[in-house]
Amino acid sequence: MVGGLGPRPPPGRAGECALGRRGADWLPGAAGGAGQRRRGGPLTRSPPPASRRLSPPPRPRARPARPPPAATMSTGLRYKSKLATPEDKQDIDKQYVGFATLPNQVHRKSVKKGFDFTLMVAGESGLGKSTLVHSLFLTDLYKDRKLLSAEERISQTVEILKHTVDIEEKGVKLKLTIVDTPGFGDAVNNTECWKPITDYVDQQFEQYFRDESGLNRKNIQDNRVHCCLYFISPFGHGLRPVDVGFMKALHEKVNIVPLIAKADCLVPSEIRKLKERIREEIDKFGIHVYQFPECDSDEDEDFKQQDRELKESAPFAVIGSNTVVEAKGQRVRGRLYPWGIVEVENQAHCDFVKLRNMLIRTHMHDLKDVTCDVHYENYRAHCIQQMTSKLTQDSRMESPIPILPLPTPDAETEKLIRMKDEELRRMQEMLQRMKQQMQDQ
Amino acid sequence: MSKGQSGLGKSTLVNTLFKSQVSRKASSWNREEKIPKTVEIKAIGHVIEEGGVKMKLTVIDTPGFGDQINNENCWEPIEKYINEQYEKFLKEEVNIARKKRIPDTRVHCCLYFISPTGHSLRPLDLEFMKHLSKVVNIIPVIAKADTMTLEEKSEFKQRVRKELEVNGIEFYPQKEFDEDLEDKTENDKIRQESMPFAVVGSDKEYQVNGKRVLGRKTPWGIIEVENLNHCEFALLRDFVIRTHLQDLKEVTHNIHYETYRAKRLNDNGGLPPGEGLLGNVLPPVPATPCPTAE
Repeated sequence: MVGGLGPRPPPGRAGECALGRRGADWLPGAAGGAGQRRRGGPLTRSPPPASRRLSPPPRPRARPARPPPAATMSTGLRYKSKLATPEDKQDIDKQYVGFATLPNQVHRKSVKKGFDFTLMVAGESGLGKSTLVHSLFLTDLYKDRKLLSAEERISQTVEILKHTVDIEEKGVKLKLTIVDTPGFGDAVNNTECWKPITDYVDQQFEQYFRDESGLNRKNIQDNRVHCCLYFISPFGHGLRPVDVGFMKALHEKVNIVPLIAKADCLVPSEIRKLKERIREEIDKFGIHVYQFPECDSDEDEDFKQQDRELKESAPFAVIGSNTVVEAKGQRVRGRLYPWGIVEVENQAHCDFVKLRNMLIRTHMHDLKDVTCDVHYENYRAHCIQQMTSKLTQDSRMESPIPILPLPTPDAETEKLIRMKDEELRRMQEMLQRMKQQMQDQ
Repeated sequence: MSKGQSGLGKSTLVNTLFKSQVSRKASSWNREEKIPKTVEIKAIGHVIEEGGVKMKLTVIDTPGFGDQINNENCWEPIEKYINEQYEKFLKEEVNIARKKRIPDTRVHCCLYFISPTGHSLRPLDLEFMKHLSKVVNIIPVIAKADTMTLEEKSEFKQRVRKELEVNGIEFYPQKEFDEDLEDKTENDKIRQESMPFAVVGSDKEYQVNGKRVLGRKTPWGIIEVENLNHCEFALLRDFVIRTHLQDLKEVTHNIHYETYRAKRLNDNGGLPPGEGLLGNVLPPVPATPCPTAE
């Protein structure tokens, strides 16, 4: 049984507890996961979903924490933790190799290193983007924001603003970067208003590509956008042309999660109709939004049910709030209207909880994986293809490390480059001649 | 005429205002119908009656306004339509054998629906209102006001009022047309405090406190359309129908129409020849300097 299936967990309470606790906590969003076991982690491999373009490496399945009794461990093998009886202990000792503590070690290293996540929010102004970000991460990134008046906005172009904040929870550090896109969709003429955004995303990929191909790869900063929350206005009858244009421009570069903003202006039947309409239109226009990974067939029914509900509620209808109000004697985050109180965290009122769980507690790592494995790899393949075709045109010396094309070199810099190349070649020839002379001597 | 981007509840509101199905709702569109590429003008006429008084109501809807990616000059078809109606009326008036009651197809009032973003007006809103406040009475309305809490509503209204003032947009009731002090104080009060009206429309009825009311049922409460604490629909209705309906028509006739007429006379140097019994034999009537409206 050594090295095969079914190694048992290490005996002794210390090992179990450490593994159990650490194993649960370290995956992002495991707030309240103390003492609870978790299955899945970066080391598990499950079959890839068919909808991906490149066949990515199988993605692990992160699950929300489960109650203690059904304890499971990672490394892709399912085993039940039992309280070791004295006779078992001896058997266990004989068969135990010890690599079951790998997750523990990985966990410790990851916690030390910290995690990072880049989230982009896009949509017209006034749809509650900043409020939602505040509600999701419970941090106010927009304290000093100045709202522009209408005439100031006439001449405004789409900007890209980055806010970075370091937050910590139970010893786990997260460097969260929010990329905001003020000015999107606000002008009278919004043709190609998504261009600055696609340029930004491409820039980040290119930056990472260069860093990866560089000599010193120790501290690569990953600024790639892992997820884009796109806010759809609830006042329309579905997707608007701007929405379609934006999503089509970005769906192959970034994980898009569409959301219905300000959902408190819609009654439940309207929300249902709007969601159906949006889903239809997304299919019709061939937009590839972020797909939740399939759960394994051996997961339990409860989890599968949750997963199904999650998939059926997309796109999520969300409400954000910066204020805490009193409702039924409790203090909840919500909005106070003359006709009632909307609670942000009430599942019957909106899908905020589903979005938060999905984004932070279960799928954050998956989003990062898909960005790295699919979107970035596509970009890289495309880039290299372009370069190899350029290289064969120029018939330059093939080098093992691809020479990156300079971004839009103009005629002057090209001339300079060519001159410098000539110089280099001349000097190399001189060196060769000198070497030969020395050898002859 | 009701204007604004699709989905802001224009048709529902018009139906609620006149308590009858006078406007065809966009959701009854065929599923295959896309957002129209250019702004269309759809006019539907109804005759409604109350207390023995008949009114011929024409609702003009403008689907496709502001929905495209490039919305430059999307107000032009609308301006054209309004001017066409003035032109029609002008031709009838100038006619030698003109009818006793000229059929009046001019637009008396334009309800402009502002999207409740909570921040400020959109550039498109400003552009539209700038162009059209000169030819028609515009009443700005904040649509789907159930999206804002009371503080947000009052802040938003203040900001919108300020922006309209800063940009010199004169919405109905226009300050310069107040005839006497009584009108002025009344209109001032409406202008400073209530406008733009924050409304919620609905055509469904629910039971609240034993009464059947028009409203919207949400998981957290029922929004009553006619309850002044919930929204200002009742104020808008009273304003447009019960107090200022005749005034709207008068301002359209005396001011906007006269401005158009004066412009036409000055531009062409003469009115178009009347289609009288003698046809084109009569020379065009020479332009006489007419007193311009104040």
